[in-house]
Amino acid sequence: MRTTFGTMRAELVGAGGVVERNAYLTKRYIWWDLAWFAWTVANTLTIVFIAKGIEASGGQLDVNATMTTLLIGAVVWAYLGILFMFLMETVAWERWEGTIEYTFMAPLSRAMHLAGQGAFAIIYGLVRAAFLFVVCAFVFFDLSMPNADFFAAFVVLVVSSISFIGIGMMMSVLPLISPEKGTQLGFVAQGTLLVVSGVYYPVEVLPQWMQWIATVSPATYALDGIREAIIEGQGLTAMWDELWPLMIIGVVSIPLGLWIFSRGEQYAKKHGKLKRSG
Amino acid sequence: MTETQEAVPMVGVRDVALPPAIAVRELGKVFTRRDRKKRRRFGKGRRTRVALDAVTFTIERGETVAILGQNGSGKSTLVRLLSTLLLPDGGSAEIFGHDVVAEHRAVRRLVNRVSVEASFFKKMSAAENLSYAARYYGMTSGQTRDKIPAILTRVGFPSDRRDESMENLSRGMQQKVALARALLTSPVVLLLDEPTTGLDPRSKLEVQDFIREIRTSHDSTILLCTHDLAEAEALAERVGILDRGRLLFLEPADEIKRRYGTSTLEEAFFAATGREFEAEGDDDDDREVFA
Repeated sequence: MRTTFGTMRAELVGAGGVVERNAYLTKRYIWWDLAWFAWTVANTLTIVFIAKGIEASGGQLDVNATMTTLLIGAVVWAYLGILFMFLMETVAWERWEGTIEYTFMAPLSRAMHLAGQGAFAIIYGLVRAAFLFVVCAFVFFDLSMPNADFFAAFVVLVVSSISFIGIGMMMSVLPLISPEKGTQLGFVAQGTLLVVSGVYYPVEVLPQWMQWIATVSPATYALDGIREAIIEGQGLTAMWDELWPLMIIGVVSIPLGLWIFSRGEQYAKKHGKLKRSG
Repeated sequence: MTETQEAVPMVGVRDVALPPAIAVRELGKVFTRRDRKKRRRFGKGRRTRVALDAVTFTIERGETVAILGQNGSGKSTLVRLLSTLLLPDGGSAEIFGHDVVAEHRAVRRLVNRVSVEASFFKKMSAAENLSYAARYYGMTSGQTRDKIPAILTRVGFPSDRRDESMENLSRGMQQKVALARALLTSPVVLLLDEPTTGLDPRSKLEVQDFIREIRTSHDSTILLCTHDLAEAEALAERVGILDRGRLLFLEPADEIKRRYGTSTLEEAFFAATGREFEAEGDDDDDREVFA
């Protein structure tokens, strides 16, 4: 009993170590992060301005609602990018610095290692997403959201993050298999996930086969839920249609992600892919 | 009782059944890589290299053993196998009776390592690098608050540079931090993979002095892999030579020299292999990439 408690405590401390390490790195690279944030703002603005452009060219649309819809899509895109980036860095950055062997030979379970990485990614991603939303919605565009239920939107984003982390775990194995190109494939996964999930348009406009894929994408439910909360002002009680699929996808994707990562780790250990020059 | 203590049998009295610190039996590792030239000619190109070929030895608790070998001889592969970073293709390896594959979690609690490259997050400070690494071994901030400054002082790291980025430190300094990182977790088996390679003479002596201090003050078993013959002879009780993946012998240095009728280990290597220790052929360069 004492041993079990001791092991659990050590695992939690270890996961905390991953968070601590990422906090140090974020502190050391804070100016680079700010520069990247400026790029994310610029990228988001280019998307949100599309609504204004359509209006200027004579299109009939509710500009405020369309801009908010596009903004939510862009913020979720940026948020997903952060989560995937941190999880991909589980391997890629450590491999670059040469610390990966020391991390992988530590007595910390891979589940808690990845949980620590995911926890920091969610905290950091949520803070960035909130800043991005506020800067674009209220500093640049002065968007009106009188009924918005931000708490409900926040809960949906947090619940969907569990599924995103599971998918991110599956992606993070790619740099183990291909140290040079694996990270880039993560961006492919991010784009593919969002394109079928109605990132800037309703899922209904997609071809039928894409709509089928959309039903198993957590991003579909995350985008729907957040838009309902912010644009339509729906509360958490009305979110159940989005929350239960997110929970089910999360329950499936996390163990699946861990299993795929462990297979990748076995492959890397078999072929000597953990060392920096290999 | 800590988990490390639970994983290592107690040695209050002499017990003949006590497992050795390291037991390696017929350990083998083969690396396979794609060969584009071969592929063009034959359609399916693969190159294989035997990094370790049925290596067998044991090291008792508290012993310091050196494994000598040229670049690509399989030293680092051996260390990686014992560190649970590689899977063997044959044979077995145990740390205090725990199999490195089947019981890798138990092994990881007992082992730490210093490699030729002092690998750190270069933008982070020495204190930060040690702090997060200690958490992976279950050490809380309360446990490391005093221990990190103490261990850095012990390895001769200046206290006023603890918060400086690692990228501003010399290689010698970085290697001292690597030693501190390894010792911070109180490993019962310490794997040193060319810890002094590339260091200036002064740093090299300081690191060697520290290894001697660990031998006397720490209850650690040390496996030192090196291509420095003098270092092996000076630090280890037994010396083995790993040649192209095969362990030629593992004995006290004096016995090796006596057996081959030579006055130096270098001459003994020549007598055993027919090659100069420093001489490396194209095959050895190629092997280094694999091993």
